[in-house]
Amino acid sequence: MLKVEGLCVQFKHRGGASLAVENVSLDVAQGEIHGLVGESGAGKSTIGAAIMGLLPAAGEIAAGTLMLGDTDLRRLSPVEAHRLRGKRISMIFQDPQTSLNPLMTIEAQLIETILAHEDISTDAARRRAIDLLEEIGIANAETRIRAYPHQFSGGMRQRVVIALALCTNPELIIADEPTTALDVAVQAQVLDLIRRLARTRGVGFILITHDIGVIAQVSDRVTVLRGGKVMEQGETARVLGQPEHAYTTALMAAVPPLGRRLDRFRLPRVAGEAEIATQVDLAREAEDWLMAGTGTGPGPALDISGITVRFRGERRGLFGAREDFTALEDVSLSVRPGTVMGLVGESGSGKSTLAKVIAALVQPVKGDMRLDGARLPPMRSRARSDPSRRMVQMVFQDPYSSLNSRHRVIDILSEPLWLYGLERDAARRDRLARAMLGLVGLMPEAADRYPHQFSGGQRQRIAVARALLSRPGLLLCDEPTSALDVSIQAQILNLLKDMQARFGLTTLFISHNLAVVRQMSDDIAVLKDGRLVETGLSEAFFAAPTASYSRDLLAQTPTVRFDGETSPATRAKHSIRRE
Amino acid sequence: MMLARLKRSEGIWLFSRSPAALLAAIVTLVIVLGALLAPWIAPTNPYDLASFSLIDGLLPPVWEAGGDARFVLGTDDQGRDMLSSILYGARLSLSIAAMAMAVALVLGVGLGLAAGYFGGRFDAIVMRIADVQLALPAILTALLIDGISRGILPRDLHDDLRIAVITLAIALSLWVNFARTARASVFVERNKDYVQAAIMMGQHPLRIMLRHILPNIVGPLLVIATVDLASAILLEATLSFLGVGLPADSPSLGTLIRIGMQYLLSGEWWILWIPTLFLVVLVVAINLLGDFLRNLFNPSLR
Repeated sequence: MLKVEGLCVQFKHRGGASLAVENVSLDVAQGEIHGLVGESGAGKSTIGAAIMGLLPAAGEIAAGTLMLGDTDLRRLSPVEAHRLRGKRISMIFQDPQTSLNPLMTIEAQLIETILAHEDISTDAARRRAIDLLEEIGIANAETRIRAYPHQFSGGMRQRVVIALALCTNPELIIADEPTTALDVAVQAQVLDLIRRLARTRGVGFILITHDIGVIAQVSDRVTVLRGGKVMEQGETARVLGQPEHAYTTALMAAVPPLGRRLDRFRLPRVAGEAEIATQVDLAREAEDWLMAGTGTGPGPALDISGITVRFRGERRGLFGAREDFTALEDVSLSVRPGTVMGLVGESGSGKSTLAKVIAALVQPVKGDMRLDGARLPPMRSRARSDPSRRMVQMVFQDPYSSLNSRHRVIDILSEPLWLYGLERDAARRDRLARAMLGLVGLMPEAADRYPHQFSGGQRQRIAVARALLSRPGLLLCDEPTSALDVSIQAQILNLLKDMQARFGLTTLFISHNLAVVRQMSDDIAVLKDGRLVETGLSEAFFAAPTASYSRDLLAQTPTVRFDGETSPATRAKHSIRRE
Repeated sequence: MMLARLKRSEGIWLFSRSPAALLAAIVTLVIVLGALLAPWIAPTNPYDLASFSLIDGLLPPVWEAGGDARFVLGTDDQGRDMLSSILYGARLSLSIAAMAMAVALVLGVGLGLAAGYFGGRFDAIVMRIADVQLALPAILTALLIDGISRGILPRDLHDDLRIAVITLAIALSLWVNFARTARASVFVERNKDYVQAAIMMGQHPLRIMLRHILPNIVGPLLVIATVDLASAILLEATLSFLGVGLPADSPSLGTLIRIGMQYLLSGEWWILWIPTLFLVVLVVAINLLGDFLRNLFNPSLR
């Protein structure tokens, strides 16, 4: 149905043009789900945009043919292309929060789309919209259709987006990371829906994702992309079962397994490619300096007890009382010296809030914190000169916002050195900052550049270097890899693991990804709605969680197995193994 | 090396591709240079009573019948050369506008930064003062300050301080823009992790505001500064035109226009129209530059 041959997309810029997609060919048949998988920058979304005819202004199709049935997509006039979009090809976007208009009811948005493409009465359009909502699994569609987007949950909203894509009966739907913004449990439901729609309605899907687990769950055929080129293409079962290209193997290996614990995360590196050269002698210097400051013993013990955090709520009406929101309720836990405590829970469970309480960014209403027995004052009473300011450091979730984009890396890194009076001599500070870059696997020359000149993974390395340059004892890692690609995630986690082990840092590691937490931590704490549900040794937890919520959480996490099953039907059953 | 970096920068590239911005920049540059260098390039000195005589009064520009080659743009009733008056007037207008801008910038950005950073009661108080300020027309503010200074300063001192008074009046009506923009930008930046990291590390609030946040919000402030420079020039002209501003013996652009008003219907059109046209060109050029800067700092508008 869709036939793409030899597609090349180039982006023009000041210095000329660069190829973003090089010689990509793919076919999508009716009712088939074709997965496009690769790291960011692989050109996945660009292919989708080229098919839709929605390339950004600087981009253009340099070569290749795009055929949808008998229509040549490259020959369409702008008006014809406009009519085709939405009618024959439609799109599902990543974030259901932003792809629906918050000021319009679902009904209005669906009817508007249908009427834009078909000449039928409003009543007929409404009828079709209601049928569609029922088909995609929204109960009471008749009444729910009058609701606004914010009255639906994230998963339901993504269903509505899918309904919006389906309402004109398109032949092809391009789904660009449709589940990336969703929680794991909801992700499985949305993927099930996509598979069902492909089967029952015969719609072709192009599923763009960076998550090879998603590919394993739903797609029939898969194209593995890297740097705009096709690495491997074929039946999903064959490609994942007996990968021919080393990159595919590497990409699969980078997904941390939930089932067992590895010493190191595997990197998706093709054999023969060099690992990032560590500057050995420089790194040595930084290491010695850290050792000299922290000693060889493990970091401090962290004990927190009875932490409760409430956020001021909105006043309901003029005379209504405020309804405060309790983010954390009576949370107590202890992190043993020099070990990693993994903190897990769904989004909104209060994980990050806890880290912010320890970092003195959020004021608890009550509770007590102790660092090696000494009282750790909460936000309002923690002085700027408090020794814990240096001892407690944090690696933030989003490396794009945690580094000041107007400062050079060298300035960012020397800041803790002079702030805490660790090195009085400016030249020595400079040298040490560069040495630390060597230790985290960057070149010392990186110091003279600005953060925006680095990739996400490199920025996170800089953030780790900044934290280490305070000679910390306690490291708070708040989802340090959730903004990164799988391959880079492995590198950063390895780095954190190495640093933690080498310097005996006491670490609180926050993640929603249970597989990652299993690899990282010695102990585990589970949070739900601000309450501690379970704590215990990591291995014991994964072997036999005691709280029922923990069991649910583990069961909802899809584990991906890439064992060479051949028939898509059996693969579909087996690949989501629910533990 | 600086030059090479400048050449490579995105801004210069976009600049060279926008004819309107380029033209506006050239016009602004020529006017600013002309104003700055007025004492050296102006044919006569309009403040020097010995340099002009009543005999040359009301001469039309050279291209009109009866024009005199010595006075390219004609003369006013006193026999002063219009070109020299305009250059000196622009010099005065521009320096007042620039000084007022500087005061408004420091006051507004300082208060806005602190209000956005600390929030709470301080923010509420600053912003209510800003609201009150917005409700007062600039002319009223100027009259108020003029009146107060007249009351508390001795007369001769007051005349000497007229420039300071008008600068303060303009600054007071412009700082609100800066304060509001700075505050809104700080609200956005404050929640970013790099600021949180700085707070967590225990850095001094002043350092966080000036060294961490300020460089990140400089873009929108620069745009406001450019656009407001044009308003400051206009405001000065308005005040002088109404006679609240500068006296007739130190002619700013506004004073020149006020003097020219008397000849509007008597045939000596150049005395009014040439300074007016000059003012319009200057303000439009600066506004065009401001628009360009806004587009540059807001890539989504590109």
